[in-house]
Amino acid sequence: MINIFEVNETNKMIDQENLDVRTITLGISLLDCIDSDLDKVNENIYNKIVHSARNLVSTGNEISKEYGIPIVNKRISITPIALVGGAACKSPDDFVSIAKTLDRAAKEVGVNFIGGYSALVSKGMTTADEYLIRSIPKALASTERVCSSVNVGSTKTGINMDAIKLLGEIIIDTAKATADKDSLGCAKLVVFCNAPDDNPFMAGAFHGVTEADAVINVGISGPGVVKKAIESARGKGFEELCETIKRTAFKITRVGQLVAKEASARLNIPFGIIDLSLAPTPAVGDSVAEILEEIGLEKVGAPGTTAALALLNDQVKKGGVMASSYVGGLSGAFIPVSEDQGMIDAVNAGALTLEKLEAMTCVCSVGLDMIAIPGDTKASTISGIIADESAIGMINQKTTAVRIIPVIGKNIGEVVEFGGLLGYAPVMPVNQYGCDAFINRPGRIPAPIHSFKN
Amino acid sequence: MKKTIITVVGKDTVGIIAKVCTFLADNQVNILDISQTIVQDYFNMMMIVDCNKSLKSAGQLDEEISILGNTIGVIIRMQHEDIFNSMHRI
Repeated sequence: MINIFEVNETNKMIDQENLDVRTITLGISLLDCIDSDLDKVNENIYNKIVHSARNLVSTGNEISKEYGIPIVNKRISITPIALVGGAACKSPDDFVSIAKTLDRAAKEVGVNFIGGYSALVSKGMTTADEYLIRSIPKALASTERVCSSVNVGSTKTGINMDAIKLLGEIIIDTAKATADKDSLGCAKLVVFCNAPDDNPFMAGAFHGVTEADAVINVGISGPGVVKKAIESARGKGFEELCETIKRTAFKITRVGQLVAKEASARLNIPFGIIDLSLAPTPAVGDSVAEILEEIGLEKVGAPGTTAALALLNDQVKKGGVMASSYVGGLSGAFIPVSEDQGMIDAVNAGALTLEKLEAMTCVCSVGLDMIAIPGDTKASTISGIIADESAIGMINQKTTAVRIIPVIGKNIGEVVEFGGLLGYAPVMPVNQYGCDAFINRPGRIPAPIHSFKN
Repeated sequence: MKKTIITVVGKDTVGIIAKVCTFLADNQVNILDISQTIVQDYFNMMMIVDCNKSLKSAGQLDEEISILGNTIGVIIRMQHEDIFNSMHRI
């Protein structure tokens, strides 16, 4: 039977170390909403989302209360809208009307974000894909809760450089369209390479076309718990350090698995995956950077950072995989700058640069995330950054992403406030040399040699 | 049988157990096990209880017992045992 020490350990994780279930994300297929009439599509989408998700928030709150574990977010991911709206939308503005419908549906069911205003263009763009991408600035400026993502490359297909060129411009336009809110629109736009179909975390969540009609995915968190646990391994060998991280990741994931199973049973929707990511928040003691510093770095960004992160990411996976039958999504450590107090401090101290962050993305689960850069950065430079990240993803057969915010009217060293879980960030310098001639080449980068496994 | 874990943490004072047990009895909650310690003047108790006969929902009981905790000056929470089982038992 459970003893008092085990109960106290769990409750200490929740009370003092910020253990929580970060999100229950309900994936909903909108493929059956397709129609050639735009009004009909909008109506279908609204009805399907409101019908499928009507009990999501209340069920999440119920589970949270019954088990005494905070469930921070209840969210929805949907089929990429470029596919759903393709038959009806004859212009970018038509797509904006769908974005507004999504926003309305999200507000009706009470979720704080809905992800899937997306296009999958890793090899080429259809007309609908291009309309959707061109509609992103207006869609994100005229909605509150809609999140957008574009997959521009994969290990199997190579990298769509035309899409990357276009997205450099779109990111700048999105920044301008939301300039009055510190270019917040860009915080809701992710550019992916090898995007997973079942990621529950925003802003990059969408419900892939290979998924069932509806599915429950759960994203867990708990950087604070790992940090606290490895304090006991200070000065010890790598074996003990790794063992401690694995054991902690196992415990955290088991809680996620329990919540996922429970949510699935109560909503009568199949369970998809657990995403075992260490997702930081700006709260003190909820930081991935602090874990890396506990491992032995003076500041994140110091030599050794990439190795420490690789170790952390791998142990989290090894521990988590044992705790759940179905693991998916991004699963690893997140390294967003604005959402992690330790990362912000490291940038302010001059220890952490864009280039070091790029190196870190080679070994962790995502990419350049929530990074503020000067508002006058050229579109082609942003495209170059996206191309670099995509190349890392393509060659290493992993997911990489770019969520970068050129903050209109702000310059290096100034601070941008996004608010809430999105946090705040100092504007970071970007390499001043251009890459226009590279970005202006039309076409795509071919798939790498190791993609030919047939 | 679904079991619930109650934890009571706070500054030690007269009558904590009596008040908690009275509340449970009034709500048809059966106590299966109690363990209790004092750590540095802090009262620390865990109870394993059976709420299945209670007429109130888990959420309602949790709400009422935490209000009782406030009046005594301790923190009381009720949690489904599975959160601990899943974390500490394979």
